[in-house]
Amino acid sequence: MPVSDRQSTYHLSHLRTLEAEAVHVMREVAAEFERPVLLFSGGKDSIALLRLAEKAFRPARFPFPVMHVDTGHNFPEALELRDRRMAELGERLIVASVEHSIRRGRVAEETGPRASRNALQTVTLLDAIAEHGFDAAFGGARRDEERARAKERILSFRNAFGQWEPQRQRPEVWSLYNGRVRKGEHARVFPISNWTELDVWQYIAEERLEVPAIYFAHEREVFLRDGMLYAVSPFVELMDGERPFTARVRYRTVGDMSCTGAIESSATTLAEIVAEIAGTDVTERGQTRGDDRASEAAMEDRKRQGYF
Amino acid sequence: MDTSSRPSGVIVTGNGKPLPEDKARIAEGEEVFRRLTERPTELLRCATAGSVDDGKSTLIGRLLYDSKQLLADQLQHVEQTSRRMGLQFLDLSLLTDGLRAEREQGITIDVAYRYFATAQRRFIIADTPGHEQYTRNMVTGASTADLAIVLIDVRKGVVAQSKRHAFISSLLAIPHVVVCVNKMDLVDFKQRVFEEIVEDFDRFAARLEISDVTFIPISALLGDNVVQRSEAMPWYQGPPLLYHLEHVHIASDRNLIDVRFPVQWVVRPQSASAPDYRAYAGQVAGGVIRPGDEVVVLPGGQRSRVAAIDTFDGPVEEAFPPMSVALRLEHDIDVSRGSMIARSHNQPTVANGFESLLCWMSERPLDARRRYLVKHTTRTVMVGAIDVRYRIKVDTLHRDESAATLELNDLGRAHIELSSPLAFDSYRRNRLTGSLIVIDEATNETVAAGVILDTEVDTGEASAARQMTDRSANVRWQGTQVTRARRWESLGHTGATVWFTGLPGAGKTTVAAAVEERLIEAGRPAFLLDGDNLRHGLNGDLDFDEQARSENVRRTAHVARLLADSGMIALVSLVSPYAADRASAAALHAADDLPFLEVFVDAPLEVCERRDPKGLFERARAGKLAGLTGIGAPYEAPASPDLALDARRATVEQEVDRVIELLIDRGLLAG
Repeated sequence: MPVSDRQSTYHLSHLRTLEAEAVHVMREVAAEFERPVLLFSGGKDSIALLRLAEKAFRPARFPFPVMHVDTGHNFPEALELRDRRMAELGERLIVASVEHSIRRGRVAEETGPRASRNALQTVTLLDAIAEHGFDAAFGGARRDEERARAKERILSFRNAFGQWEPQRQRPEVWSLYNGRVRKGEHARVFPISNWTELDVWQYIAEERLEVPAIYFAHEREVFLRDGMLYAVSPFVELMDGERPFTARVRYRTVGDMSCTGAIESSATTLAEIVAEIAGTDVTERGQTRGDDRASEAAMEDRKRQGYF
Repeated sequence: MDTSSRPSGVIVTGNGKPLPEDKARIAEGEEVFRRLTERPTELLRCATAGSVDDGKSTLIGRLLYDSKQLLADQLQHVEQTSRRMGLQFLDLSLLTDGLRAEREQGITIDVAYRYFATAQRRFIIADTPGHEQYTRNMVTGASTADLAIVLIDVRKGVVAQSKRHAFISSLLAIPHVVVCVNKMDLVDFKQRVFEEIVEDFDRFAARLEISDVTFIPISALLGDNVVQRSEAMPWYQGPPLLYHLEHVHIASDRNLIDVRFPVQWVVRPQSASAPDYRAYAGQVAGGVIRPGDEVVVLPGGQRSRVAAIDTFDGPVEEAFPPMSVALRLEHDIDVSRGSMIARSHNQPTVANGFESLLCWMSERPLDARRRYLVKHTTRTVMVGAIDVRYRIKVDTLHRDESAATLELNDLGRAHIELSSPLAFDSYRRNRLTGSLIVIDEATNETVAAGVILDTEVDTGEASAARQMTDRSANVRWQGTQVTRARRWESLGHTGATVWFTGLPGAGKTTVAAAVEERLIEAGRPAFLLDGDNLRHGLNGDLDFDEQARSENVRRTAHVARLLADSGMIALVSLVSPYAADRASAAALHAADDLPFLEVFVDAPLEVCERRDPKGLFERARAGKLAGLTGIGAPYEAPASPDLALDARRATVEQEVDRVIELLIDRGLLAG
């Protein structure tokens, strides 16, 4: 057999190639930074991140704690899964609370029917990073999510104010990550930058990971706003003309209840979700995130301020 | 949890109620999932490059649009914005020009990553801006690419930028290059125009090391030959771009021969269940690793064997690039982050310095007073010195040897001296163990990206020349110094090389030929290697540009070395204008313990020009001969030759005497 044919049997699928890259990133950051932390939201991307951390560091414990920025408006299913998963893993969980930031007067609650705590989490997050002295924070953001994210590095540096400066990003070549930061600065690290939504679901299905039940289709009381379906909940005020009705929906992203929309779906298994995503014709943020619809440069602006 | 099972959690929010089970729907989902995962798809990373107006963003938009990867909300955004801007067509570039600053200025600021998939492959496109000030971004986007798409506007042809992109692709050893000649619709899809550009590009690319170049005539705006074959260009027989991207063979681009495993992290649980567990985690950078393999840990050099290859999913029998695994070794030896594990019989070079090509990426120029660090694989070391040899003018490939520093977006050759050793390969051999970044210790900025050069083209010190034999691990140099000593003994004399360098017309060959005659008369075998004669045969394929001249010198040096080894005195008469090339020739001999004498035949330009035995200066002055050394190309005089002959002050006879004296002096000739 010619050498080239024999060599081609050493083949790694695209998903396992992405997995190997993500594991490499996590180990580099653990080795080069002093105090990393893994940001966990309870959503599918951070669930994938936890598995990648296991792949990188087991049988030892994670060389960093896990932190959840709790807006107080979370889906209870996400919180329930968070606590169960952390107990299984035996890792340390830190909860940084937006509620607490409001009480301390660091931020003011938005008012009105469109009020959301989405923007407030940025302050809570930056405060927690400063308080614990974290110099690197793993997040589950992906470049396929949005146009500003598409331009962000895997190690994304934040200045002492936690801000992203798109024109001053460090060049990122080969797999050589420069993990040096000054005191007060930190890096956001996105090991699954190169994954797509479909990759994440395929990974979750292949790895048989548990996700919050709201990702699966269910019947729910919702109302229509700006072309999106929102859950009726104590955190959202209905506006004139908005009528609750029951629909067959599931969530495609899990964020704050006040700004995360549901989609009509009948997918009740992981395989069905994968099939649904493979055939979808709308992006996940376009379909379900009210926060990105405010302006054309919404994400860019929030990132500049220190958002995830 | 099975992919077909339903969630175990309960929905508690509001009145959320799980749906009743629907077997048919679940089975259908399973079927789609099975089809998606049964045949693993390959990942292809490609980088796109082109000038601002070459239509690069439009091409990517077109690829996404025509391959139906564009989603409804993205398309709606493009439609609305195009309409608002008063355009008659869909401006697909709006898909990729992401940041507000870019939309306002109509440019692409930074590398943007795009993702799409077909049934064949998954693609990551690193979309890099083409304008000059962002060379560093192209390097960033293209460093990991399997394939580069270089875009050329058919009306402008091969411009400086196209050359820069081709050069960077070559520098980064991107295995495949696709040249898309765009806007064919604007030249009525004429074959002749396309072919002229192909020829033009080929002429430039011939001087680069690009292994696979494909040319495709396209119209990104109209979609010709992007996803669908163009009907307007029946003369083009090749596949459209997407088909090429789906089928280009990339599996053998990885290095599966040289085992290289840079240790990232030591896994030590120190827990009750695994008190003694210790494994070295990393990503395989080359070769195939198996349990039982004999390995060496560099730079220390301790030896051991691979006991097991662990992953979270259990031990595996083989690890190959780009797998992330953890190795357990049989012996308890000192291994830590930054160690490199290799096979004992196939090791990388371990040294405190190397020759490199650097792309400077910082607004602050290279400054000898600043402290720099080099990060190479998982090891970071202090830099002793970065010695710039020359800067490369990318558009002409011309070397600016007067350059003492490198500035933002400069490409240059430099020797890097380190405070402690690294285990490395040449970049051509392995992109991961042959690449590095330079970090400014004070600002933490990544100031340069670099590739380690093959010592074949090294100006090297003896250490560098030594690496050359290590380099071709599978091609062992036959014969030893023992047989040489016996050979020289039986001949009754030793071999050596005398290297005559100087301007054309300085009289090198006249002196060398006379020396040859004198030696043979004395019963000493000698052989004249004349530059002009060699260009008739061995070097007949070479041009007179810089690279070809270096190659000319390199080949001649190798022939001289063989002659010297055989016991001859090799007399080389060659302009050999570059000091670096002559230094390589010297290093080649030094590495083999062969005497090498540099003789500078010094004659002022006016004298050479007056003599002009071959009429070269006359033709050069008349503009009929470009790049003649002394007129259109530089000559670097040797700083400390073994002998300098002044052609104005001596007769040929006297010059020959002085060379003979030198040979006697060095013990190469009986007095």
